[in-house]
Amino acid sequence: MATASLAIVALVVAVLALGLGDYPLSPPEVLHALLGGDGFASTIVLQWRLPRVLAALVFGAALGASGAVFQSLTRNPLGSPDVIGFSTGAYTGAIVVIVSGAASAVGTALGALVGGLATALVVYLLAWRKGVHGLRLIIVGIAVTALLHSVNSWLLLRAQAEVALSASFWGAGSLALVGWSELLPGAALIAVLAVLVAGLARPLRQLELGDDAARAHGLRAEGTRLALVVLAVALTAVVTASTGPIIFVALAAPQLARRVVRSAGVPLLGAALVGGLLLLVADVVAQHVTTTPVPVGLVTLVIGGAYLISLLVAESRRTR
Amino acid sequence: MTDPVTPDPLVPGPVPRGGATPAGARPGGATRADATPRLAARAAHLAYDRRTVSASIDAEVRDGSFTVIVGPNACGKSTLLRAFSRLLAPRSGAVLLDGRDLARVPAKEAARTVGLLPQSSTAPEGITVGELVSRGRYPHQGMFRQWSDADRAAVATALAETDLVDLAEVPVDELSGGQRQRVWVAMALAQQTSVLLLDEPTTYLDMAHQYDLLDLFARLHEQGTTVVAVLHDLAQAARYATDLIVMSDGEVVATGAPADVLTAELVEDVFDLPCLVVPDPVTGTPLVVPRRRR
Repeated sequence: MATASLAIVALVVAVLALGLGDYPLSPPEVLHALLGGDGFASTIVLQWRLPRVLAALVFGAALGASGAVFQSLTRNPLGSPDVIGFSTGAYTGAIVVIVSGAASAVGTALGALVGGLATALVVYLLAWRKGVHGLRLIIVGIAVTALLHSVNSWLLLRAQAEVALSASFWGAGSLALVGWSELLPGAALIAVLAVLVAGLARPLRQLELGDDAARAHGLRAEGTRLALVVLAVALTAVVTASTGPIIFVALAAPQLARRVVRSAGVPLLGAALVGGLLLLVADVVAQHVTTTPVPVGLVTLVIGGAYLISLLVAESRRTR
Repeated sequence: MTDPVTPDPLVPGPVPRGGATPAGARPGGATRADATPRLAARAAHLAYDRRTVSASIDAEVRDGSFTVIVGPNACGKSTLLRAFSRLLAPRSGAVLLDGRDLARVPAKEAARTVGLLPQSSTAPEGITVGELVSRGRYPHQGMFRQWSDADRAAVATALAETDLVDLAEVPVDELSGGQRQRVWVAMALAQQTSVLLLDEPTTYLDMAHQYDLLDLFARLHEQGTTVVAVLHDLAQAARYATDLIVMSDGEVVATGAPADVLTAELVEDVFDLPCLVVPDPVTGTPLVVPRRRR
């Protein structure tokens, strides 16, 4: 099964990634360290590399699932939390906190959370007309994103140079600072959210049939949609608060998963697996391919930009 | 499929030939006139936002009937069907299902009793016929209940009824318009409801496919399903309906067997179309022939 093979590929890549670094380890050495070996190798694997690899998998999966929910609800491959303004709003919130001088890690995370959620709420309300429909949500989201970009630039220009620099670093999105203590609270929240989303997976599939059919099947369409939007926003919010905005995983993972799994509509589990895999690979590239490590958000931005262009070209060919 | 030109014995068994329908001799369900209707609107105020469609409408669907709602465009017939299917809650008054206030019936329970073929639905990209039809089982499934033998059997029956067994593995995107409409019908059938609501089920289909579908609905009706359809074609309505509900301007202006209801006066009055009503040469049911030549 395609889903199972995705999971296996993710595990294999994870083991390989755990071996990469200034102190290279072979896959057997990595497995030995994971399964309770001791010594320097296991310190490297368990304390230094594992939290970052797990963070890539878990946060990537959360972004993929969040994107899958949005794309299914909007019936549009562009419907993704980063396109409709969420990540930009989170960045605005974080900049406000950093610029105001209260820049602790927790404060920045809270600022990002509030900024992202407020943006989601504004977009949802602006797009509301007797219910929220896909294309309107996307267009309103893109408009709000553009507005927020200019707000962000304005805030950064007014700030002192070093403050602006640290805000920019956060805004690039990075897993470099993730250790066990950063990973665990986020991962726990994501686990809870994942269970709730899984509970709504079947109603989500009924909503794909259109509101009339879904309601004729006994579904409370608008309430279910709102709950799903809140959960998907929360998934992205937790990731963004932990790492800074990581763009395009939520956009690309669901569509890639749809092609790999060949399912009807957007596969939730498949999107989560592809999301985890995508972010892990992007983080390996960010750490090891260039001579100096770059933030993973930069790598996903490049990959995602190329993907977005191909998506738009394919879309324009089809509609012509 | 049946040859659409000579639908003779297979087509609407229930409609007696010769025009006049003796009261009380209506086949296909309840014989007592005072039996509780399956669906009823009681002084229901039906409106979207600020636009009132029906200020106070009363209408009934007899158990075991093939009820067809007809009327000019924008007369509120689809709105009435939406109220029957719980998609639109009345502002005041009530819609009753088997005598119970529909608004108080739990949604999934109502969905196990009343099925709907909406005017438009969307098929998720890449979905196969069998998978789409199986989504009609939603009202029968709980949060943790797995796909059961009953589900499998219901989907198999629905596919067989709609002649789609051979297409079960085919993506819906690859089907023709007529086949696709049959898939949506099959999804509603998989719901296994005793009442089936059809919102303009034959629109956009060619004539042969229209009659194929109507024959299918007639078969379901003969097997005991109460069928309620919004139709535009009066000749089809007269052929297939046991009961007609004629609407105009948000109100019911006439109800009863087609032969009793469809008169030249009524059609001229409601549709503003001077016409003759003659017996259908094939079935003997009323056939409306416009007088205007252009």
